[in-house]
Amino acid sequence: MTVATALIAEDEPLLAMALQAELARAWPGLQVLRTVGDGASAVQAALELAPQVLFFDIRMPGLSGLDAALELAELWPPAHAPHQPFPKLVFVTAYDQYAVQAFEAQAMDYLLKPVQAVRLQKTVSKLQQTLIKNAHTAPETIANPVPDATLEATLHQLRGLLEHSARVTGSGSGMGAAPALPRLQVLQASVGPQIHMVSVSEVLVFEAADKYLRVLTADREYLLRTPLKDLLTQLDPDEFWQIHRGTVVRASAIAVVHRDDAGKLSLTLRERHDKLPVSRLYAHRFKAM
Amino acid sequence: MRPLPPTALALRGLKVLVLNTVIALGITLFENHSFGLNLLYSHCIGICIWCYIEGANFFLVDNWQKHVYRLIFIVPVSVVLGYVSGHLLTDLILGTTSFQYWKQTPRMAWGMLFVSLVAGGTICWVFVSREQLAAERQNLEIARRQASEAQLKLLESQLEPHMLFNTLANLRALISLDPARAQTMLDHMIAYLRATLSASRAPAGGTRHTLADEFARLHDYLELMAIRMGPRLRFTLDLPDALRDQPVPPLLLQPLVENSIQHGLEPKVEGGSIRITASADHRRLTLQVQDTGLGADPARLQGEAAPSPGHGFGLQQVRERLATTFGSDGAMLLVAAPEGGISASVTFPLKT
Repeated sequence: MTVATALIAEDEPLLAMALQAELARAWPGLQVLRTVGDGASAVQAALELAPQVLFFDIRMPGLSGLDAALELAELWPPAHAPHQPFPKLVFVTAYDQYAVQAFEAQAMDYLLKPVQAVRLQKTVSKLQQTLIKNAHTAPETIANPVPDATLEATLHQLRGLLEHSARVTGSGSGMGAAPALPRLQVLQASVGPQIHMVSVSEVLVFEAADKYLRVLTADREYLLRTPLKDLLTQLDPDEFWQIHRGTVVRASAIAVVHRDDAGKLSLTLRERHDKLPVSRLYAHRFKAM
Repeated sequence: MRPLPPTALALRGLKVLVLNTVIALGITLFENHSFGLNLLYSHCIGICIWCYIEGANFFLVDNWQKHVYRLIFIVPVSVVLGYVSGHLLTDLILGTTSFQYWKQTPRMAWGMLFVSLVAGGTICWVFVSREQLAAERQNLEIARRQASEAQLKLLESQLEPHMLFNTLANLRALISLDPARAQTMLDHMIAYLRATLSASRAPAGGTRHTLADEFARLHDYLELMAIRMGPRLRFTLDLPDALRDQPVPPLLLQPLVENSIQHGLEPKVEGGSIRITASADHRRLTLQVQDTGLGADPARLQGEAAPSPGHGFGLQQVRERLATTFGSDGAMLLVAAPEGGISASVTFPLKT
């Protein structure tokens, strides 16, 4: 019997209790460290407690389960446990056809509410096997840093989920790629009483900022009201690379990509002095040829 | 008019030929020309009339319903033209001249023209009324399909699977924790399902129930949500006794309450409260659903736009039901609530 630790994030109190009770039966060795009711608390608690397994409900107030997982993947490992591998992630949902399709496609562990004992037992066995396997791999030392395989695998899965949801919400019907929208040539940005016409070919960075979208050219900055998500579908993905949840950069404008001691990437542009952080989710784009 | 499909045109032609033959037979009975001659005249005249009418329809009539008056004009003109052309055609075939006929027996000639008019008018009327009937039937069918699609959409939105499965999951959890409370929850759920199903089957704008019933159903729904959301949801229902028996369309407020929960309170980390009130001045009844949820961009509350994309269907539903039940006497208003969140209210005439 494996002894392990877990965190439950579920906004409906009775369902959190029920999952904990079912887990106690299916996996007596599992210690549920805490139960939280929203996405932001889930990220915080995971960093604080460094559990081995996470049960994240998809629909939660504030931050969704998926967003919480993305943020946690960005911030991992916690400062007090630098060698702790990324927890095994299990999504929980009541009904979400598209999400379930995506989980299947990414081989992501998930549970359906109400949680059924038989189904839970299968998930638990799988988790136990993975934890045993991870325990047997050579422990990481400071002299010999091994990249966190669980984190890499989770990032890969999360990337797949994001692409899937972009496809589904983009095309509406959910099949195949979103219909290619005509490429945007000119942006219309209001500056005081005027509307400035900004050629997309001059744009170096799009950056989401609260309700606005900052548009940076070599020498100017504009604000748009269009959400980045809507604009993305009208940009050439080879020309503009997403490097963070809220940042899209002209690939040809990137001068240098830096890696810091913790392995985090950031980049600087040729014509601007801003230093832009690169999310782990998109770090795979930057590899020496 | 759009061209008829060839089979329909051939069928019409066949009917014209049959009618021509019947007319020739009839004429032979009380006239001393041979059946063969009558048959030739009848067919030549009948076919000519048909061609004129069909041609005129093709160029002049787009829509039977709209252009009936044109038909009243087309038929006699076509009959006279067809009558003359038919005679000329017969003359061409037999090498005779029919104008003698008009000189010798004018009464007979006028009679024949009259027969042609009656026959042309009758057959045209038959064709048109049959087509009109078919068009009406088709329109009725389309309207029926649209109505049932709208009902299905309403039902789907109210029996939304995510809500249903989450509620069932809560119920499953309660059964072992607190059987008495589980039973109460199940009762609320049964009442909610029964009301939703019967509202979705009722004809649009048809039935009413009392405001007391309406508040009881909203109470069922809110109790279900309160079990799910725990302390994150608080609610109050305020119905003055004097208004308990006022008739309202069943579940009129349900979409507003659902919007408050789904878009206002569920996504808000600390949750909040929802307050449903009924009030009346001497002529109008006002029902209000007010929440302390996330609220909306004030700009989006103006006009017809929904405060957020998900709000749309529910609001449209309420607007449509107000319109079908009260016409221009019903109104809905969305404003930003003073404590944040949204205040939605509907007003319509008080029944005295």
